Amino acid sequence: MKKLGLLLISFIFISKVAYSTTYNSDPEIFIKELVSDSINKLSDKNTSEEDKKKFIESIAVENVDINALGLYTLGELRKSTDKNNLENYQQAFQKYFLKSLTSRLTDYSSNKFEIIDSEKKSSNYTIVRSKIIASDNQPEIKIDWRIYTKNPDKPLIRDLIVEGLSLARTQKEEFSSILNSNNNDINILISKLEEFINS
Amino acid sequence: MEFKKLHLIICSIFLVYSVSANAQSDKECFEKISRGVFKFNQGFDNVILKPVAKGYNKLPEPIKKGTSNFTSNIATLLSIPNHILQGEIRLAGHATGSFLINSTVGVLGLGNPAALMGLENQKEDLGQTLGAYGVGSGCYFVLPILGPTTVRDTVGMVIDNNYLDPFARVTWHEREIKNISGTPVDYVGVKAATAIDFRGDNMTNFESLEKNSIDLYSATKSLYLQNRKNKINNSSENEDDWGNLDN
Repeated sequence: MKKLGLLLISFIFISKVAYSTTYNSDPEIFIKELVSDSINKLSDKNTSEEDKKKFIESIAVENVDINALGLYTLGELRKSTDKNNLENYQQAFQKYFLKSLTSRLTDYSSNKFEIIDSEKKSSNYTIVRSKIIASDNQPEIKIDWRIYTKNPDKPLIRDLIVEGLSLARTQKEEFSSILNSNNNDINILISKLEEFINS
Repeated sequence: MEFKKLHLIICSIFLVYSVSANAQSDKECFEKISRGVFKFNQGFDNVILKPVAKGYNKLPEPIKKGTSNFTSNIATLLSIPNHILQGEIRLAGHATGSFLINSTVGVLGLGNPAALMGLENQKEDLGQTLGAYGVGSGCYFVLPILGPTTVRDTVGMVIDNNYLDPFARVTWHEREIKNISGTPVDYVGVKAATAIDFRGDNMTNFESLEKNSIDLYSATKSLYLQNRKNKINNSSENEDDWGNLDN
């Protein structure tokens, strides 16, 4: 019985760490390793779609500040929303974010990626500049990564700025429009997110 | 002549409205109508623009590159007066040099030898110039076929077309400048080629945006306004509004 318990625990532990990778704490190397890992995994023909999805989700949960991103995209409403609704929103947002991230990364996974440089903006933020190399179907795309470095040992991605256009801000304004036209009812936003998750 | 006067009056009224303190671009002029026009534009894109751009993307690279260079070279004609109006004499010099070199050595703009010589060719229009003067963008709306815009950018576009853009003067308005003449068909042809080239270049970006938005209209509005702001500031530096999350 003890052996079985030990086996079960080991199995759970192994399956949990199977997708977990620790990246370098230097923001520039962190992005380089993370993107290279993602592109390799997504373009690997021997990996099933389900495994690819699981991999992207696990590295996103580990390396993207999804909680802060969720609060940022909610705007000022985060201050007046009650705890229960905020929790429901955060749960829906995480699922929404992971689904859209996997879809976005899959769209660009066939392209080559290059780090340009990085700039420390403050003790909390470093911007890593990178680009997707031009291909037959697409011109070069500049991507800046806003890295939250409050804990220097564990950098976290907070935003992607594609050709000067912030994805977090776009998301925030998208949510704000939905909230504005629905009396700032967070439940409507949550149901829209759930609609997307289940689509 | 009377029509020109009317033009100027309408543009002035719009501008005064734009400069007023409360004129913010995130405000909608008439959202319901704009959403309707946006849907119409999506239909136009699905039925005409996207299929044409897909076909265009299958053309050999030199043809696509040549088209892109050609339309970009013509757009330089509008950038020159706007650089001057913004007091950017160095950039006006670069744009003039780029146009002259690409139109001659680059065979009517099909090639871009000016870029190899280090000449910058930054696109400018009157909407950006007015923005650089501190004119507010005014409310946001969507035009049929032409897409997202603001009051300031529409006024800028009308003045560009009627007064500042030599290419529009020669083609759309059929004015002869130094024995060079054209027709509105030339104007529409070049604008259509510009749109197809842009749509073809951004095929993945559009598809990804469409797939991952829960309100595509608002996402497009946000991207348009961010892009215009970056162009006015001549920078892609993003405003840091994350600050209060960290406290």
